[in-house]
Amino acid sequence: MPETLLSVREIHTYYGDSYVLQGVSLEVAQGCIVAILGRNGMGKTTLIRSVAGLTPPREGDILFRGRSLRGRPSYAIAQEGMAIVPQGRRIFRSLSVRENLVLPTSGLARGPRSMPVDDHSRRWTLELVLQEFPQLAERINHLGGALSGGEQQMLAVGRALMANPELILMDEPSEGLAPRLVQHVEEIMRRLKARGHSVLLVEQNLALAMAVADEIHVLSSGRFVFHGTPAELAGASEILDQHLGVAATRFA
Amino acid sequence: MTSTILQAINGVSFAALLFLLASGFTLSFGLMRVVNMAHGAYYLLGGYVGLTLAEQTGSFAVAILGGGAAIVVLGYLVDRFLIRRTGENHLAQVLLTVGLAFVIGDVALAIWGGDNLKVPVPPFLRGAVELPGGVYYPKYRFVLIFFGALVFAVLWILYRKTQIGAVVRAGVDDREQVSATGINIDRLFVMTSGLASFLAGMAGVVGGAFLTLYPGAEWEILVFALVVVIVGGLGSLEGAMVGALIVGLLDAYGRWLLPEFSYFVLFGPIALLMLFRPRGLFGTEH
Repeated sequence: MPETLLSVREIHTYYGDSYVLQGVSLEVAQGCIVAILGRNGMGKTTLIRSVAGLTPPREGDILFRGRSLRGRPSYAIAQEGMAIVPQGRRIFRSLSVRENLVLPTSGLARGPRSMPVDDHSRRWTLELVLQEFPQLAERINHLGGALSGGEQQMLAVGRALMANPELILMDEPSEGLAPRLVQHVEEIMRRLKARGHSVLLVEQNLALAMAVADEIHVLSSGRFVFHGTPAELAGASEILDQHLGVAATRFA
Repeated sequence: MTSTILQAINGVSFAALLFLLASGFTLSFGLMRVVNMAHGAYYLLGGYVGLTLAEQTGSFAVAILGGGAAIVVLGYLVDRFLIRRTGENHLAQVLLTVGLAFVIGDVALAIWGGDNLKVPVPPFLRGAVELPGGVYYPKYRFVLIFFGALVFAVLWILYRKTQIGAVVRAGVDDREQVSATGINIDRLFVMTSGLASFLAGMAGVVGGAFLTLYPGAEWEILVFALVVVIVGGLGSLEGAMVGALIVGLLDAYGRWLLPEFSYFVLFGPIALLMLFRPRGLFGTEH
């Protein structure tokens, strides 16, 4: 049984006055990909933002490697070993590709525990990230704002990897990408897993989540209505139909 | 002809001083979105502290560094205990910092009095240089132009070519994402604000050596600095430089050619510019 890396316990999160997450719990084990599915407006992005400390929950607790993240600013949470690939990529537009990538290596990003000492051979460097995404190497001196959507997605993943995180939070990485690029995102996720990263993935793309995830949660109106393996979800026709809006026959 | 050139030098040297004050203001606004109207008071107080240090130690360098350092300390306390409470509320920031500027001005009046005081300049910076054509011009103002250019070059390299500069630019783009990337944004704010404070205090010493220091000087210089920042575009270092040159030259030629309308010569073209480029010359959307 792999160790639990992230443990979300009964969190309640508000966005302004609206009550978005209404008691959500989940666990991500070391080296696993856990996917959150759900339609728009069900609280998926809020869940990612709660974990990253960008929209802290009002109640409940989030533990990372057994330590509570309550009340910690988002940079301190990131320094614990968590990186986010946010919705809409949020590339720094006026920075070059290189500057975007090396940003997490700044002295201001070095936390007390951000250096996992055990395995240096696993560490990402600029060279390794550029090997992984050769297209970024070609455009290394271009401004982030000048890249295409697919390139920005690679840059967002590359930027997250440069922080050498144990857990990567990915918010709709397939959003707005052509099918060929979604295929690429799928390959990237598999390689991340092979390298030992854990991923909490929020997606609307059912096929992508089914293909890469070890576990799936389905979020509906701020609560989980399903938790199981992709195979179990494929058999849960009511969930697919009611909460994800797909005909069950597609995965039967 | 000679007067035209002299006015140009007047304008550029005033621009060098305005750049010192406006560069810090524009960078700290671009990153932290804080409108600090006490910047003029920082200038005046830095000048007074420098004046006292220059009189005590006889060193102009000590005066510049000490005047800047005093404002770094004051600016940190103001940020930490006052401005932070205003959050994102610009109106509250303006009211708070305008009030603060009055308090600083009155305290300075109580300590240094109401006379025009001049920061003493070391002998090698005094006197005049002879220009071609037998015209003499104050040496100090030439040195000020070189000093302003040097500060611009240092700030530009820091901002455009170093990793810490990239972090600040990223923060101007998207503060939340900078923090989510693991950058200690609180420390970044303290550093940037400290630099802005240092530049303001230093500007007071440098400016106090030729414009003199007196009650009310903080508001006069603040108006010019604000115009520079607005013309150049909030958050743009290059904009602060170009804006300072425009304002400095318009002011110099306005005072010379149309002394009765010198404020109009300054603000008329700027009102026109605002009509067509409301974000300033180098401004981007925030």
